[in-house]
Amino acid sequence: MMKLASILFSMMLVNNYVLVKFMGICPFLGVSKKLDSSVGMSVAVTFVMVMATAVTWPIYTYLLLPNDLAYLNTISFILVIAALVQLVEIILKKFIPALHRSLGVYLPLITTNCAILGVTLLNIDNGYNFIESIVASLGAGIGFLIAMVLFTGVRSTLEYAQPPKSFEGLPITLISASLVSVSFMGFGGIIESLFGTF
Amino acid sequence: MAKNNKLQLVTKGLLKENPTLRLVLGTCPTLAVTTMAFNGLGMGLAATFVLICSNAAISALRKVIPDKVRIPAYITVIAGFVTIVQMFVKAFAQELDAALGVFLPLIVVNCIILGRAEMFASKNNVIDSALDGLGMGLGFTLTLTVMGSIRELLGAGTIFGIEVTKNLFPPMSIFTSAPGGFFVFGVLMAAAVKLELANATKLGNGSGCPGGCIGCTYACGKAETAQGGNE
Repeated sequence: MMKLASILFSMMLVNNYVLVKFMGICPFLGVSKKLDSSVGMSVAVTFVMVMATAVTWPIYTYLLLPNDLAYLNTISFILVIAALVQLVEIILKKFIPALHRSLGVYLPLITTNCAILGVTLLNIDNGYNFIESIVASLGAGIGFLIAMVLFTGVRSTLEYAQPPKSFEGLPITLISASLVSVSFMGFGGIIESLFGTF
Repeated sequence: MAKNNKLQLVTKGLLKENPTLRLVLGTCPTLAVTTMAFNGLGMGLAATFVLICSNAAISALRKVIPDKVRIPAYITVIAGFVTIVQMFVKAFAQELDAALGVFLPLIVVNCIILGRAEMFASKNNVIDSALDGLGMGLGFTLTLTVMGSIRELLGAGTIFGIEVTKNLFPPMSIFTSAPGGFFVFGVLMAAAVKLELANATKLGNGSGCPGGCIGCTYACGKAETAQGGNE
């Protein structure tokens, strides 16, 4: 139980996918302008992450590994994720059309969000079992949500700033992302002191 | 004339349509692997290989692939080539494999590759597409190597492992960690905008919009038209 909590919190804070591991930067920069769309995007990402892990872990462990096909993991994982994203899109369109409209073009982009393929591959690399993998994906998704919401707040203040002309737009956004990332470095070591090492 | 066009296909990726700095694609590997110049170079070359092969293959298959399932088809082609690169790097460059880690398979979801497949290779012939892949790949490699060199120089005092600033200043290790990545990338992007702005005023295009840039960060509404009007 302690190990699960340790995985969850380290994925959320210390190994934050966006700010520390640099995965999923595209949606992080693209959708973080408004609070509701950034929350919607993060929830969609979290959902797809957990679902993708729940499907890819058994595929790898029971299908690819026993048949010596482990090298096919990249291809099979990305196809599973592409199918899942389609599914999420259909569900959203049918039941929450407002959210579907506001996420618009970014939903298909979840397929090419490296955080999702990354989390499924890293779960295998880290040798997590099924439950641990699910928890790690959930933690990664929540970490994504935290980073998105925090950064949306920073960005709304940034709108009123007047940086030098060549820094306008994305460059100044990246530099503020750097400062947010510094604050996440403060979490380093918190897991060991809270839960001990494994 | 035709020869000029071919040359242009290769060179436009270097600065004018630099995939990372101008089009703002493929930011994740750009930030993640550039802690050292060597890693940036390795990642860039791996991505270039995948770009050339996948662009050529997709261009050759563009009349066979049905429009509705083109994205999954493209991803499958790309994933195939990435798997080849992955096996190759694992076999012949273990150091690079260890340094790039999960970002090597993540070339599959690098938006540059899918973006070029969708925007260029699906509409042009095989040779042009391969050249476009080469140009984009070189631009990507160049950016990654420059950024890796800057971060390695400031963060560890070395470039490609050669000590440079040993006695000048102590290394600032924050540049090799996450915040430094964002910071250097932001500054480089600002430099690219500055360069573009200077060119625009020289040509008398004083509207303040660099023009012709997909990743246009200016609110002049040209970004969308530029994106469609490239080919």
